[in-house]
Amino acid sequence: MMKNSKLKREIPLHLMLIPGVILLLIYSYFPMAGIAFAFQKFIPIQGLFGSKWVGFDNFRYVLQMPDFWQVLKNTFYIATMKIIAGQMVPIVVALLLNEMKRAFIKRGIQTLIYLPHFLSWVILGAILVDILSPSEGIVNQVLQAFGIEPIFFLGNNQWFPSILIISDVWKEFGFSTIVYLAAITGINPSLYEAAIVDGANHMRQTWHITLPGMVPIIILLATLSLGSVLNAGFDQVFNLYGPSVYQSGDILDTLIYRIGLVDAQFGVATAIGLFKSVVSLVLITVSYVLAYRLANYRIF
Amino acid sequence: MHHASLSRKIFVIFNYIFLVSLSLLCLLPLIQVLSISFSSSPAASAGLVKLFPVDFSLDSYQYILQKKEFINSFSITLMRVAIGYTVNILLALLCAYPLSKEVKEFRARTYYAWFFVFTILFGGGLIPTYIIVSETGLLDTIWALIIPGAVGVFNIILLLNFFRGLPKEIEESAFIDGAGHWNVLIKMYVPMSMPVIATISLFTLVGHWNAWFDGLIYMNFPDKYPLSTYLQLMVINSNPMKMDINNLNGTLEISERTTRAAQIFLGALPILIVYPFLQKYFVKGIVVGSVKG
Repeated sequence: MMKNSKLKREIPLHLMLIPGVILLLIYSYFPMAGIAFAFQKFIPIQGLFGSKWVGFDNFRYVLQMPDFWQVLKNTFYIATMKIIAGQMVPIVVALLLNEMKRAFIKRGIQTLIYLPHFLSWVILGAILVDILSPSEGIVNQVLQAFGIEPIFFLGNNQWFPSILIISDVWKEFGFSTIVYLAAITGINPSLYEAAIVDGANHMRQTWHITLPGMVPIIILLATLSLGSVLNAGFDQVFNLYGPSVYQSGDILDTLIYRIGLVDAQFGVATAIGLFKSVVSLVLITVSYVLAYRLANYRIF
Repeated sequence: MHHASLSRKIFVIFNYIFLVSLSLLCLLPLIQVLSISFSSSPAASAGLVKLFPVDFSLDSYQYILQKKEFINSFSITLMRVAIGYTVNILLALLCAYPLSKEVKEFRARTYYAWFFVFTILFGGGLIPTYIIVSETGLLDTIWALIIPGAVGVFNIILLLNFFRGLPKEIEESAFIDGAGHWNVLIKMYVPMSMPVIATISLFTLVGHWNAWFDGLIYMNFPDKYPLSTYLQLMVINSNPMKMDINNLNGTLEISERTTRAAQIFLGALPILIVYPFLQKYFVKGIVVGSVKG
């Protein structure tokens, strides 16, 4: 009797979850079964069951592609540099914002630096293509005023990765300061009072109180970012790159897109995708375990 | 504070200058695009436009706003935002409520939670997802832009963490008065969670407005493209600087710089309008969601 009433009380909770569970089942779990394509010479009209099984042929093919290793290197380099720069810059900006006492100006600055986060890479990509253009772009006009020859930033393998990293930091640094500023707000004010009594100046307070107060969140975010070392930013690269910078700017996701949806080599594209998913799964799991150990972080 | 040293004063001044410049750096590219869009076409292509419009002109806006394709994709986006937003928020509320319960109240909770979280750890990837969307008959319908991403697991996590912080006493007394879970969710949790609902609303609205890739792969005809995808095609792929990329459909006209600028600005405008109003909420929501650990 008791057990029955408990079951009855839980029924609405199950009901609430049904739509979400069904949708995830179809659009997240079924595609996971689709990784079987990676082991097939998959032809859509023949379907998953009609297509020929080829074992690890697709993987062997991928490993022999000369581009693959270059693309893997690009992906890793671009993603890692974005993670490092994308974490350092907001820490510095948050510390500097914290030194600013005029709430009105501070709020204005925050409003402006959060803004690019909300614009898509279609919009920002279009803006970058325009301002970096070698013929009419404002950046090259400024450079020319200093006597520097125009640079085709988006068509030059020496510049392209840096442009990706810098523009990504430009888009996200402001938004990333939010979390660090929150961590600073959470620091016990009596620590500062004690430091002032001891005669510590602003520099020393920042170095000995504010920065150590931010360490837990810095460690947490650094650990969690481990999961994205193969995410170099599809939206950004896709909207900025071209064949002339494939050598330095092509990444796993753009390669998968071109092989899969442009060339329709589904099996090969799925194989590369599977490689990426598995590596990411391992890294994310490691990062969550580390985050739990180091910072007592739980995702839910 | 009374005896701020000279070096401190110098630091404060430089700090202001630096941070103000930094924030202008975030705004200037947008201002330049805006100025180009309001300039005459010859002035813009000659590279004469710096911070202010040259030969002020509304031609580019007139041209775009009477363009059928632009209006069409704009209305597709409005529909997508309206339906997609409603579906996302309803599903997030429905999923977050049971998942926010303790195991003793909802014994299957842990299994469900893993079922949801696993989807952010692992995915089938682009091709299998595309094939499922195609097999379920969503290609070339607006539902392809709404259904596959309808369950936002990050939104659910943000919501359920907020739900857990709500005082349990109110809920318990409601249960004693005979209220059920549905009533508690709708009449108590939802009104009490407005700040975090505002946060996920902002993310969801912006997400739907900005999404372009799903339109590109799930729609076979440009007249079904939402605005972001249409802009991707018109502004990025038709830019002479990038012409070499997708020359496959050589039908693209090479567009004027002013027209491109006007389209960029119109594409960003709704976000520029909505964003300041919701700023205080997303700051709160981010902090609740991410530093609680």
